[in-house]
Amino acid sequence: MLTDPIDIRYVAKLARLALTEEEIERFGKQLGELLEHVNALKDLDIASVPATAQVVESRNVTREDSLRPCLDRETVLAQAPQRQGPFFRVPRILTE
Amino acid sequence: MPQELIERSGADIAADVIAGRASAVEVAAATLAHVASVESNVGAYLTVLSEPALAQAARVDERVRNGERLPLAGVPIAVKDNMCLDGTRTTCGSKILENWVAPYTATAVARMLEAGAVAIGKANCDEFAMGSSCENSALGVTRNPYDSTRVPGGSSGGSAAAVAAYEAAIGLGSDTGGSIREPGAFCNLIGFKPTYGRVSRYGLIAFASSLDQIGPLARTVKDAALAYDAMAGYDVMDATSIDRPVELAAESLRKDLRGLRVGIVREFDTKVLGDDMHRLYNDAYRDLERLGADIVEVSLPTADYGLATYYLIAPAECSSNLARFDGVRYGLRAQGDDVRQMYDNTRAAGFGPEVKRRILVGTYALSSGYYDAYYVRAQKARTLTARDFERAFATCDLIACPAASCPAFQFAAKSDPYSMYLMDYYTIPMSLAGLPALSVPCGWTVPDGGSLPMPIGLQLCAPLFAEKLLLGAAHAYEQATKHAAARQPALSRVSA
Repeated sequence: MLTDPIDIRYVAKLARLALTEEEIERFGKQLGELLEHVNALKDLDIASVPATAQVVESRNVTREDSLRPCLDRETVLAQAPQRQGPFFRVPRILTE
Repeated sequence: MPQELIERSGADIAADVIAGRASAVEVAAATLAHVASVESNVGAYLTVLSEPALAQAARVDERVRNGERLPLAGVPIAVKDNMCLDGTRTTCGSKILENWVAPYTATAVARMLEAGAVAIGKANCDEFAMGSSCENSALGVTRNPYDSTRVPGGSSGGSAAAVAAYEAAIGLGSDTGGSIREPGAFCNLIGFKPTYGRVSRYGLIAFASSLDQIGPLARTVKDAALAYDAMAGYDVMDATSIDRPVELAAESLRKDLRGLRVGIVREFDTKVLGDDMHRLYNDAYRDLERLGADIVEVSLPTADYGLATYYLIAPAECSSNLARFDGVRYGLRAQGDDVRQMYDNTRAAGFGPEVKRRILVGTYALSSGYYDAYYVRAQKARTLTARDFERAFATCDLIACPAASCPAFQFAAKSDPYSMYLMDYYTIPMSLAGLPALSVPCGWTVPDGGSLPMPIGLQLCAPLFAEKLLLGAAHAYEQATKHAAARQPALSRVSA
């Protein structure tokens, strides 16, 4: 396992999370401490062990590809922070 | 009369309503009146459903008059606020969903209502079910009904406090690493997590999808079993729900433990318990023996790695699940000059510190270059944990151990995140292996620096799908020891 210093600004960017300077300092330190604890896992001999995918049973779940009732559009849009007609409205996504 | 009515078990309330000795409306009205008088001290609920509860109770009375024998007729329930109830605010204890109204009902909740239960309110919880004390809720403080200076446990702390303070007969909780069992132990209740996939997760707002499981908190094993019987079973809306028959538990609870082998785990660290709790757990194991069980030692070599495994897998899944909260379609939105800034600011304003911490850990553990070293390694360790239990259950029928390493602690006592994570030490291995497990009251201890005796819980764990055996054994232990009945919650009779 790894012991590199964590680039918390980069991780926050991946997580789409704006952090204050104080949070960068605090979370960076706490993340480092947690990773020291989880580093205990390197003591386990897991070379030939498969990773868990499902704990109980594994099976494919499919359904018929047919129309069925779903939530009403107005019900869903009523929860939108901002809407425009039948659309969710967001700040601009392209720059000129 | 009302106080007497609300202190009855769910099973007794349902029997009374079916026999016409009480109506569901009377029970709901008495419960709501009690909630109004104690809630300012307890703080179990984020939303009290006064009028909807009375309307729903009236429908239950109507169904009973029409001859339906509803197993939970008129039973007042508390629903953890991470489960959807159509038309009701559902917050997850988070600012990001503070004003979100669920447009549909979770399957588990719907099945409880179908069986005649009446939803009294939505119960407080740690934000997105991340925590062990309810202190991570952004929307309210919940106090332990047995000592108001102490936490109720978490993350299902509101549901637990509601049931302990007679503000509901049964609470619905969700358990990812111990979030039903630990508050159950802290509040003198049965806290029961069924096998992963036994109860549908449809409408449960996801935290860590491979671990999350809904289950009941109740004052008696019988009530926990009734709730389980109502909720368990396949649901087409949850692809991970298990499609195999459910063995109903409530009507076949055991009177003794004859013929059962109960395993005590060699590797669990019990030094953290302190002398008094250590003695109480040894007494509990002796009581199991007195009830006819053979006590055997079992080995879970990876038990001590549970926390490390869990605190990679759960945050990884959380970081992925919580990506949906982006300010676009529902919930809070903060302003930003472009969409990217809007995302960043919305999540910064909407999530509390523990949720941010776990999103960061999970994002890191899943990020390019670190995925194999952290996430994959943890999922391999998880396989070892599951194998440990498989081997252990070849030599025993049940495993017994503590539910938590201490009784309910005081507010702000666990301010360092890792000290809070340690609360899950005994409950996480079962979660990783998907096993059914519960906590049942097993005694009282005066915590260091405290004055009031606080309850502690014995954890029992069974093989996959052995819920009937598990509840049956817990019932035999409960009836023989009656630890829960030894004290009354101080806050249940204080008026505002």
